[in-house]
Amino acid sequence: MIDAPRVELWAILPVLMLFGGGLIALLASGFARRAAQAPFALFTLAALAAAAASALWLWNRETTTALEGMVSIDRLAVVATLALCGIGAFGAYLGFHYFERDDFRRNEFYALLLFALGGMALLVAAADLIVVFLAVEVLSLALYVMTALTFRRGPTEAAMKYFLLGAFASAFLLYGVAMSYGASATTSVQGLARALTGVGGSQPLALVGALLLVVGLGFKVSLVPFHMWTPDVYQGAPSPVTAFMSAATKVAVFVAMVRVLDVAFGSLAWDLAPAIAVLSAGSMILGSVLAIAQRDVKRMLAYSSVAQAGFILSSFVSPEREGIAAALFYLISYSAAVVGAFGVVMLISGGIREQTGFERFRGLGRRQPVLAALLSVFLLSLAGIPPTAGFVAKVLVFGAATSAGYWPLVLIGALASVAGAFFYLRVIALMAMQEPRGVDIADPSPLPRLVLAVPAVTVVVLGIVPGVIVPLLQEAGVLTW
Amino acid sequence: MPLDNVVFWVFAPLSVATAIGMIVVRNAVHAALFLVVNFFTIAVMYLLLDAPFLFAVQIVVYAGAIMVLFLFVIMLLGVDRGDAPGERLLGQRTTAVILAVAIVAELATAIRAGIGFTTRAPGGFDAVNPGGNPSALADVLFRDYFFPFEVTSILLIVAAVAAMVLALRRSKSLSQREIETHAGDDLEAYGLAAPGAPGTVGEPSR
Repeated sequence: MIDAPRVELWAILPVLMLFGGGLIALLASGFARRAAQAPFALFTLAALAAAAASALWLWNRETTTALEGMVSIDRLAVVATLALCGIGAFGAYLGFHYFERDDFRRNEFYALLLFALGGMALLVAAADLIVVFLAVEVLSLALYVMTALTFRRGPTEAAMKYFLLGAFASAFLLYGVAMSYGASATTSVQGLARALTGVGGSQPLALVGALLLVVGLGFKVSLVPFHMWTPDVYQGAPSPVTAFMSAATKVAVFVAMVRVLDVAFGSLAWDLAPAIAVLSAGSMILGSVLAIAQRDVKRMLAYSSVAQAGFILSSFVSPEREGIAAALFYLISYSAAVVGAFGVVMLISGGIREQTGFERFRGLGRRQPVLAALLSVFLLSLAGIPPTAGFVAKVLVFGAATSAGYWPLVLIGALASVAGAFFYLRVIALMAMQEPRGVDIADPSPLPRLVLAVPAVTVVVLGIVPGVIVPLLQEAGVLTW
Repeated sequence: MPLDNVVFWVFAPLSVATAIGMIVVRNAVHAALFLVVNFFTIAVMYLLLDAPFLFAVQIVVYAGAIMVLFLFVIMLLGVDRGDAPGERLLGQRTTAVILAVAIVAELATAIRAGIGFTTRAPGGFDAVNPGGNPSALADVLFRDYFFPFEVTSILLIVAAVAAMVLALRRSKSLSQREIETHAGDDLEAYGLAAPGAPGTVGEPSR
């Protein structure tokens, strides 16, 4: 007989809410494939609210691990789960509007969204490399199918590309787990931290393991040179799915990277920082430069998200509390801006046959002043221009990198931001200063505009008074093990 | 001669012979059947090495599940499809031989450096297998790693749902209305366009 394991299910209550909600939505969609979408959307929002509430309930718990050391209970996971639930709510609403507008019933969308979010919520709490791997697989599988959900040729091609390259990246991740196990005889994050601390000399096996893990996770957040899939998938996927995955995947995977790099391989930080700096600089430069050459807004935003991943990663050269808090603030401000931007693009592009070329945005300020104003706010935040949250976020991550002594990285980041400002402002100029051409296919409904005002307000408020969440994020940045 | 050795000398040549047979035969189904026999002989080796759990897994997973998949794919592609004439890739055969030799050399070096060419089990083998190998494995799998084990079931559910969502688009999952609204270049790509709908004939418009 073996001893029964300790099963503290309360520790993963948010994950259970999301997976449970996903299972119920799945079962319902099996019986009601052709039914109205509204109940599914409302149920999804309710499941997200329940998950967020149970995450909040975990805020004041003692920091520890549960389920035989497989998941950690700490404020980092709580903050990330709350952010994920928020992104998920916008994803669900935008998806609802997108499919409802064309009467294209896809009720599995809500089940897949909840499964993806469940995987992400598990990833941000994962305290074992095996759980990291499984959570990444769960969220990826759901996202592959969400990409192809409209079954048009573009989305299907994008999903296929995402799947093949994603499977390739998973192999790197798994190999990294194997190497880490070889170096320390454990897969647990805390166990790795203990096994690697205080060992003298170089540790090639652990270093190789850490770098392979960075490759596997770097693929998911589209860091150069693992970004090849990003423009095609972000452009091909339905806009609400792009909005959801560009924000939520980055939040989940970067938080997992915090645990892997700052805790598990914390003692190797000195050796890993140069590699991180190179990846970060490459992403910032290449993302910004390639975004300038784009003639399609979704594709431009995809390259810009590559650059944004580089900015976020630049805070990882500093394993201090400030670095983690800066990364969290950047993730939250980026998520609000990018969800909003893709949401507006969805409304402008007109229906399931999305038209997102630059000509659609010409003179939009005259025809759709509200949409143009919203998109301008989001783009200004992505460019990092005050008084938006993007500016504060860039100041925080560059501050963290400077305090770790990586000022050349900050210099590259500043130059990339200048290049970035060019292509963001070009779209704003296109909307404000040109004459409209062709027919207006923008969505006229008022409710999505109202919903998209929420991230816009978030971006501005966080830009003016970042102090409302920075102390909370700094508490979340305290990792004990 | 101990019984172990007798069993080994019966199954080892069989294992090598079936492996060679699998590569040499032309017919894909025959090759698959050789592979099944090979899997069984390998399973016997595991049993001789005091790894009963691996023995069972080898038979259940490889000889069972994986082989069924193999045969599925072979049947799907057509059994009687002949070999492609000549080599597809230039120098493939030479590269394959070199890589095979390299792998044998690497394995030999690794085993030599790791546990040496001995006939005994490495030290500590019994220490990590209290109460026998399957029981020790159960201890790790269902106590230390029970949570990842459960997450794997979620992963399988998501994978199954994903496959079904993608497969269902072909059948009657689209209503007539959807087909009419969305007929044209994209639905045509999947053979879904309504008969006579515009865009069903000729080149895709993109």
